[in-house]
Amino acid sequence: MSRIAARGMITVDVRFFAVLRERAGGERRRVELPGGSTVAALRAHLRERLPELPEGYAVAVGRAYAASEHVLEDGDEVALIPPVSGG
Amino acid sequence: MTVRAGGSSPRVEAVISAAPIDAAALVRNVSGPGEGAVLLFLGTVRDHNRDRRVERLDYEAFAPMARKELVAICQEAAGSFDLAGVSAVHRTGRLVPGEASLGVAVAAAHRDAAYRGSRWIVEEIKRRLPVWKREAYADGTEAWLDGHPAGSAP
Repeated sequence: MSRIAARGMITVDVRFFAVLRERAGGERRRVELPGGSTVAALRAHLRERLPELPEGYAVAVGRAYAASEHVLEDGDEVALIPPVSGG
Repeated sequence: MTVRAGGSSPRVEAVISAAPIDAAALVRNVSGPGEGAVLLFLGTVRDHNRDRRVERLDYEAFAPMARKELVAICQEAAGSFDLAGVSAVHRTGRLVPGEASLGVAVAAAHRDAAYRGSRWIVEEIKRRLPVWKREAYADGTEAWLDGHPAGSAP
């Protein structure tokens, strides 16, 4: 466990794709949150810090889609998935 | 549970690739003597979109997750539609009009399962795969396509 986690904070590795990557100005960002934070809490954090990010993205934790109430863990890889256009 | 000739489980292959799609290889991957229907779907790049001339498309993917979702879609389809084989590939990188961005081959004992299974797979890919396309137009401008919220109906 990292020192940060021991103090009750967690750090997650947020990844941005497509239009979100362009708006965020980078592919990744490390975000520190209180332990026990949910996906919804991360969204609120990002809304405050990166107001230029368009809303309406899905979130994947550990490469699987995650619901708003999903609880994040220290070291999680969290991908922000803007509306998809494959096919 | 359905027992196939030889008792084999469905052949499933799913790939995210920057290389051109080899349609014959997809068909080979799923073909077998126990199947009465082999169906190939290719999604190809159009040279126009909403009255604008499209010069090329750039596909971006969150590749490890896209592969995981594609494997899951193919396995779900194999189970639900009683498919003997599924082989799917989604392109990344730069494509020009006419090129295939998506290839899906399915094999089944009968055509009805093949048609229904293939259709379902393509719709799920559009709904779930973390893939995005950016169009470049003849007038020199570019834009990310308006997509479908991931996980919702396309």
